[in-house]
Amino acid sequence: MSHMNELTKGIFKENPTFIIMLGMCPTLGVTTQVFNAFGMGASVLFVLLGSNIFISALRKIIPDSIRIPAYIVVIASFVTIVEMVLHAFVPAVFNALGVYLPLIVVNCIILGRAEAFANKNTVLDSALDAIGMGIGFTLALSLIAAIREIFGAGTITLFNLSETQRLVITLPGISESPVRVLTLAAGALLVMGYLKAFFIWNGERRAAKGGQA
Amino acid sequence: MSYIGIIITYVFIQNFILVQFMGLCPFIGVSKNSESAIGMGMAVTFVTAVASVVCYAVYTYLLVPFDLTYLQTISFILVIAALVQMVEMVIRKMSPSLYKALGIFLPLITTNCAVLGIAIINIDEGYNMLESFLAGLAAGLGFTLAIVLMSNIREKLEMTPVRRVFKGVPIAFISAGLMALAFMAFDSSLLTNLHLV
Repeated sequence: MSHMNELTKGIFKENPTFIIMLGMCPTLGVTTQVFNAFGMGASVLFVLLGSNIFISALRKIIPDSIRIPAYIVVIASFVTIVEMVLHAFVPAVFNALGVYLPLIVVNCIILGRAEAFANKNTVLDSALDAIGMGIGFTLALSLIAAIREIFGAGTITLFNLSETQRLVITLPGISESPVRVLTLAAGALLVMGYLKAFFIWNGERRAAKGGQA
Repeated sequence: MSYIGIIITYVFIQNFILVQFMGLCPFIGVSKNSESAIGMGMAVTFVTAVASVVCYAVYTYLLVPFDLTYLQTISFILVIAALVQMVEMVIRKMSPSLYKALGIFLPLITTNCAVLGIAIINIDEGYNMLESFLAGLAAGLGFTLAIVLMSNIREKLEMTPVRRVFKGVPIAFISAGLMALAFMAFDSSLLTNLHLV
């Protein structure tokens, strides 16, 4: 039961993007297409899982005073693995994520989970925590990307590996006169602001309901 | 690209916060009052400028000759972490007043995307050492510009009636979005018109 809780808390109750507000740079930088959000989410999930397991396994060995540099080295190693794998097998994703891929190293979610969770808990709990947080992050990114792409371009890109291998749903009506600004930089900040307000409103409503019951 | 072109590009056209979203965490976290915003901006500018040069040197004189360029990410983040630590110690020794102003922001900078971001962009764009330094300086100045403007807006927002659910972070994001709209006026065609390409 408690293991299940470690897994699910990252998805809704402690969603890294909307509730704890960590890791904003990649969140807004890559969410112009739904497919990029999947790519970023999967990369972060892998790095988070690897570093959480590794740090949790070494938590008794790493001296407390130099733990942050040690964590950064572990995280950077996993990011390098992701970079090399994506570069070799799916260059389209590698190019689409661009500079935001190496920037996963400084994504606060990963260092934050290492510091707040993995160095205090067992390997199994840390792995579940990483999977939950990673899925929560991916869902949040997909939501932002879906809003920006549907209203900003009138399309949903589910799959985009090359000119021939792609699956793009074009929505009639919106795609003829989209709100172009949403795909630009300003749109990302606006969408994020409104979504955050929605989640605060939702949280308050749920708290009020809980109070009455 | 000319030197002035690089500065204009990174301060306005590719503004780190409003266009590339690098360094959003301190942008939202530290922009509540203008004094700490200026402190954070100066600290970031200092570190991006120095880190650009050091990372360029590490890449060109250490990683390329030994064919180790795949270690770029891991070596840059270690260089930046060490550099921030060193800058903190040097400032504490040399200028206690500057340390008092910047001290609390320095540890936060290691995990600021802007520093690692500009170091990687310098390599991707193939800048030489002077160009890297200018790009780093300009990126920091762009960050300072955005965070100082933002802190002034947020000080005004404190006095403004805002719907309860929008208070704090949501309205900050929406204001930043409106600022980003204004920054869209700085287009790369600006450089062509000014004959700076």
